[in-house]
Amino acid sequence: MQARKKYVLLGLCMCCWLLLYYWGGLQERLLGLITHKRGEVARPWPSWLDRDLLPGYADQAELQNDGGSGDSPRQRRQSWAGIYKDSRCRMDTCFDFARCQGQSGFRVYIYPPEKGERVSESYHKILTSVVESRYYTSDPREACLFVLGIDTLDRDQLSTQFVPNVDERIRGYPLWNDGRNHVIFNLYSGTWPNYTEDLGFNVGQAILAKASLNTEHFRPGFDISIPLFSKEHPQKGGERGWLVRNTVPPRRKYLLMFKGKRYLTGIGSDTRNALHHIHNGKDIVSLTTCRHGKDWEKHKDTRCDHDNQEYERFDYQELLHNSTFCLVPRGRRLGSFRFLESLQAACIPVLLSNGWELPFSDVIQWNQAVIEGDERLLLQVPSTVRAVGIDRVLALRQRTQMLWEAYFSSVDKIVLTTLEIIKDRVYSHISRNKFMWNALPGGLLVLPEYSTHLAHYPFYYLNLGISPGQEFTAVIHATSPLVSQSQPIMKLLQVVSKSKYCSQIIILWNSEKPPPHRSKWPPMPVPLIITDGRRKVSIQTSSRFLPHAAIETEAVLSLDEDTVLLTSEIDFAFHVWRSFPERIVGYPPRSHFWDPVKKAWGYTSKWTNEYSIVLTGAAFYHRYYHHLFSHYLPSSLRVLVDRTSNCEDILMNFLVSSVTNLPPIKVAQRKQYKEMPTLQGTKTAPWVNPEHFTQRQECVSTFASWFGYMPLVHSQFRLDPVLFKDHVSVLRKRYKDLERV
Amino acid sequence: MCASVKYGSRGPALIPRMKTKYRIYYITLFSVVLLGLIATGMFQFWPHSIESSAEWSLDRRSVHDAPLVRIPMSSPIPERGDLSCRMHTCFDVYRCGYNPKNKIKVYIYPLQRFVDEVGVPISSTGLSREYNDLLSAISDSDFYTDDVSRACLFIPSIDVLNQNSLRIRETAQALAMLPRWDKGMNHLLFNMLPGGPPDYNTALDVPRDRALLAGGGFSTWTYRQGYDVSIPVYSPLSVEVDLPERQPGPRRYFILSSQTAIHREYRVELERLKEENGEALLLLDKCSNLSQGLASVRKRCYKGQVYDYPQILQESSFCVVLRGARLGQATLSDVLQAGCVPVIMADSYILPFSEVLDWKRASVVIPEEKLPEMYTILKSIPHRQVEEMQRQKWTSVNSPLFLPLIPPRSPGFTAVVLTYDRIESLFRVITEISKVPSLAKLLVVWNNQNKSPPEESLWPKVAVPLKVLRTKENKLSNRFFPFDEIETEAVLAIDDDIIMLTSDELQFGYEVWREFPDRLVGYPGRLHLWDHEMGKWKYESEWTNEVSMVLTGAAFYHKYFNYLYTYKMPGDIKNWVDAHMNCEDIAMNFLVANITGKAPIKVTPRKKFKCPECTAIDGLSLDQTHMVERSECINKFASVFATMPLKVVEHRADPVLYKDDFPEKLKSFPNIGSL
Repeated sequence: MQARKKYVLLGLCMCCWLLLYYWGGLQERLLGLITHKRGEVARPWPSWLDRDLLPGYADQAELQNDGGSGDSPRQRRQSWAGIYKDSRCRMDTCFDFARCQGQSGFRVYIYPPEKGERVSESYHKILTSVVESRYYTSDPREACLFVLGIDTLDRDQLSTQFVPNVDERIRGYPLWNDGRNHVIFNLYSGTWPNYTEDLGFNVGQAILAKASLNTEHFRPGFDISIPLFSKEHPQKGGERGWLVRNTVPPRRKYLLMFKGKRYLTGIGSDTRNALHHIHNGKDIVSLTTCRHGKDWEKHKDTRCDHDNQEYERFDYQELLHNSTFCLVPRGRRLGSFRFLESLQAACIPVLLSNGWELPFSDVIQWNQAVIEGDERLLLQVPSTVRAVGIDRVLALRQRTQMLWEAYFSSVDKIVLTTLEIIKDRVYSHISRNKFMWNALPGGLLVLPEYSTHLAHYPFYYLNLGISPGQEFTAVIHATSPLVSQSQPIMKLLQVVSKSKYCSQIIILWNSEKPPPHRSKWPPMPVPLIITDGRRKVSIQTSSRFLPHAAIETEAVLSLDEDTVLLTSEIDFAFHVWRSFPERIVGYPPRSHFWDPVKKAWGYTSKWTNEYSIVLTGAAFYHRYYHHLFSHYLPSSLRVLVDRTSNCEDILMNFLVSSVTNLPPIKVAQRKQYKEMPTLQGTKTAPWVNPEHFTQRQECVSTFASWFGYMPLVHSQFRLDPVLFKDHVSVLRKRYKDLERV
Repeated sequence: MCASVKYGSRGPALIPRMKTKYRIYYITLFSVVLLGLIATGMFQFWPHSIESSAEWSLDRRSVHDAPLVRIPMSSPIPERGDLSCRMHTCFDVYRCGYNPKNKIKVYIYPLQRFVDEVGVPISSTGLSREYNDLLSAISDSDFYTDDVSRACLFIPSIDVLNQNSLRIRETAQALAMLPRWDKGMNHLLFNMLPGGPPDYNTALDVPRDRALLAGGGFSTWTYRQGYDVSIPVYSPLSVEVDLPERQPGPRRYFILSSQTAIHREYRVELERLKEENGEALLLLDKCSNLSQGLASVRKRCYKGQVYDYPQILQESSFCVVLRGARLGQATLSDVLQAGCVPVIMADSYILPFSEVLDWKRASVVIPEEKLPEMYTILKSIPHRQVEEMQRQKWTSVNSPLFLPLIPPRSPGFTAVVLTYDRIESLFRVITEISKVPSLAKLLVVWNNQNKSPPEESLWPKVAVPLKVLRTKENKLSNRFFPFDEIETEAVLAIDDDIIMLTSDELQFGYEVWREFPDRLVGYPGRLHLWDHEMGKWKYESEWTNEVSMVLTGAAFYHKYFNYLYTYKMPGDIKNWVDAHMNCEDIAMNFLVANITGKAPIKVTPRKKFKCPECTAIDGLSLDQTHMVERSECINKFASVFATMPLKVVEHRADPVLYKDDFPEKLKSFPNIGSL
């Protein structure tokens, strides 16, 4: 009772003081208003009479001589390695670049697990991601980077997953080399009560990929901060972000929310103990509970009961879905699960975690997606978030989704981002710039080996304010030997070369017979290049998407040899493609669907009101997709395509839709594709074979499982010329051929 | 410094009072330093509003009038800078929340002349011209305050730009004597030339406690990320020499090395490169036969041939910036100024403003070790990329709805019908639209102030909520007001006489909008054309093969654009529209195209709404005046936007099976109307 009185009295005093302060402030402001001019005028830095006589800070000779040329650079570089070790490691001093300069390039090796070694679920996922990545090697000699087989994720000694004797074991590795070129993954370090950054073994010169990294211990340009993720975090694909629409005004039911533990003692309790202050039960919901741990009642304070009660009134998921901002305060450690949860939920994170080096801070511009608060200024948080305008809320919210889907939604993405950041450092002059990392579709889908120039990619045109080039390259996939001049390919060559946008034609010769002599081909106004694809052991269906160096234009028109098209159809489709350069623009559509009976994805070639695939037997797309197809997709999928000689078009559609999150575009076509009987001279069309169709069904399922989700998206429209089939004079129409019967 | 100017302009606008190059440079510098702190540190936390700067009287005095302060021998020396300092450990945020608007306030200490006990000054130069300009730029900015108690950031007037001119110990003592020093908390020092012989530290050697440092030439080991700011080393040449604007095009040399203090080892390697690649490389050095003095710093020589510096920088595509004894090189500023792409070789160097600038887009950074491979590396960069790097200016369109989303079909769209007094037609429109499956709500914007809307009982019975909003003035802009009653993302703007659109047509329009939520999706399309004879834009109506606008007599769009139209429409376009009672649709097309960089989507064959003006007796002439007025609008808007944002396309969207040989009853949208 006594205590309570004291608090009431104290509270009253506070109120009085606040009132006084407020009134005082108001008076001051009124005074300011009245004496407007006088109050605001500050005495400026003097404008000195002798300004022009002031000396320069350094004379030019001094600047140019720069104190002489210094020590021998070679010696300096050598001495660095001796000085800047361990906590002062940088790539220059603690990483052996020579290991990565070999033929095989950037390769990652994983130490084989020892007998009886148990790794946690999360670490198993990390290792799986590395093994399935395009950088994995099983040969340590060609490795540039090494990953331990020992589970180092949880280094809390009190944890059941703690692995003892790590120090001795890694020292036994012949390749350890004081950790050079090793990367060590860690989610939890230190233990109760102070949760230090200590891993319990000597990391040496190994790169730390660690959650909850503190800026003070972080070795910039060397360590990598990763997000804390739960063991349920999916291996691949992962859930999409929760934002499905940009409602305006963007405010949700709650402005700001927090629901979590309150620590009664120990590190992190300062911040968490204060969180209840901003709770107003209306638009700001900040709930803490003391009920966690075994002996919470022992430390229980007066707030606990009331707080616990309030805590139960709100559901975390409901708050997450309906809040504009989410408070992400530090836990015992700096990072928390909450960070990824709110990113996914498009609830803009408001960080209260002083000194936290944000995940992938090397490359991600976090100020575009989160609000960085200060633990010391918790009480300013409400007014700060209230002041965020609708434009910024919209932008921040969309960015949370972009980042979530690009880098965080699966363990694969987190691990791959880590590897790509290291790779960018190793090959610094062929690396992604900040723009690539922070613009859609994210850095993982940008392969700098293709180009470091933004304008060479299909997805930056709008950002750069430019349009794709005015020309395309036709790539014709030929499998039938040339026997007659009336073969469909001859007609196709003529039709394509007549387009004024066509700059070159490449024939991928994939027939058993050698390609015919140049004289057998008709004369043409554009260069014709024949690429002999037969050197390979078998005919490779995926070879049509190889990044042929001969393709000089951004646009590729992919064609089957038996495609029947008109020049005006091609011209129109090319026009459309130039408006949608990041998508596939084609003619015959197909569709996928979910079969609830088989519980599997299905594929249909029936005429439907919507489509999600356009066949690449006749389609425009950006040449970068050739590069992605050949280097981003795993070889297993390409092998499947080659083995069955099928599905390469479906795979291409999967790939492009996974990049854009959008459907392909179908354009007007005079006749439906491939409806005519097989012509003399060509091989029997594969789609006549019923097995062909079954294979395609299976492909859709296989691809969906590799991507970890179904990237294909349905569309309900087709793009036609503006005057298509209108009852107006044909003379008015630019694409009149399209309507000829 | 074009690159930093660009970023500077993103920050709060500072007001240059005297338009000299110096000022602009320092204003930029300071605002970027602040921006750097804002971007990385805690300042992000405050909303940065700006108040207008007031006029003040200039008091003119000499630097030598500044009071003399004697430093006692025993005066305390601050501790060396603490490498573990970060915003949350060494910075007092509580000082920054005082003033009512939560603005960061910067205080500059009045100038004092510090001397030691025997009267020797602590610095050989005293206040330098550059530091003076920097301080007056800050003082002109809105961050400045002369009230020390309101300040969040303190800037000593002790000039430490060049460590070589300082007496380290005494300077440190002087700093510690500042009245608010308090272990250097919230104090910001500017330094461009750190370190001294023989080992040249990469950060200022003056002990400075917890003070923040904006320094030129940080290495990764001395730079405290999120606390310090890396700044370029200022080159006085960039002020003295006025380089003409260099037109894009091929340059004479591929690589140019113009530095005079290159280490012998590196010079040998450069010469080897020169031998291998000949004319592509120009390797300059000091001129040995010229007399010393000002002239010699503006000349460079190669085998007796004399070149003007920095003019020669403009003749090369790439310019080498190698580290010397220090990491930061004044040459970098010259090179950037000349529009030459810097090839930076300085291992461990923290590039200026690296936290906000994307150096990979404006320069090539090569490890020193790879100097012999420089030529190959540079040759591998695509030509177009080099040109982009030289421009250093990046225009970019940032659409506010940039995330590729296809919103779910529900909750549908809100139809906003603008009406004046055509009740009969209005009721028909309402009845027609109410048949569209995805209609969520109907809003009637009653624009007639003289007449009340009909009684509730007279309105057609519809299944969705219907609300009548009465406006205060008969303005066309009212149709684009972001009414709170619009609860859906999608808005269908529709005139009260659009009765010809079928339910399928409208539903299809909505489905297409879902795939293009950041565009205008409408029915009849229109085109703008350049009239060569008249030298201006012309409005083109029906029957074209191209489209650059859609009429908003019936169009779907995102509610966000209502906000933009109402609150962010540039210039006086809104008033123009209301005064002329026309062109609100053209204005909307301009607005959306300008912010997204995308063309509108025309759906279905529809080419015209049975136009109201056609009913007039003298249809033709009315039509012509209408066209003239619309053309006028386009010209007016293009001049206000200072560009022609409209994009021309040749396509329209039809249902997938439109006019295909397929049973009509199996089509989703069989009833797509005609022209």
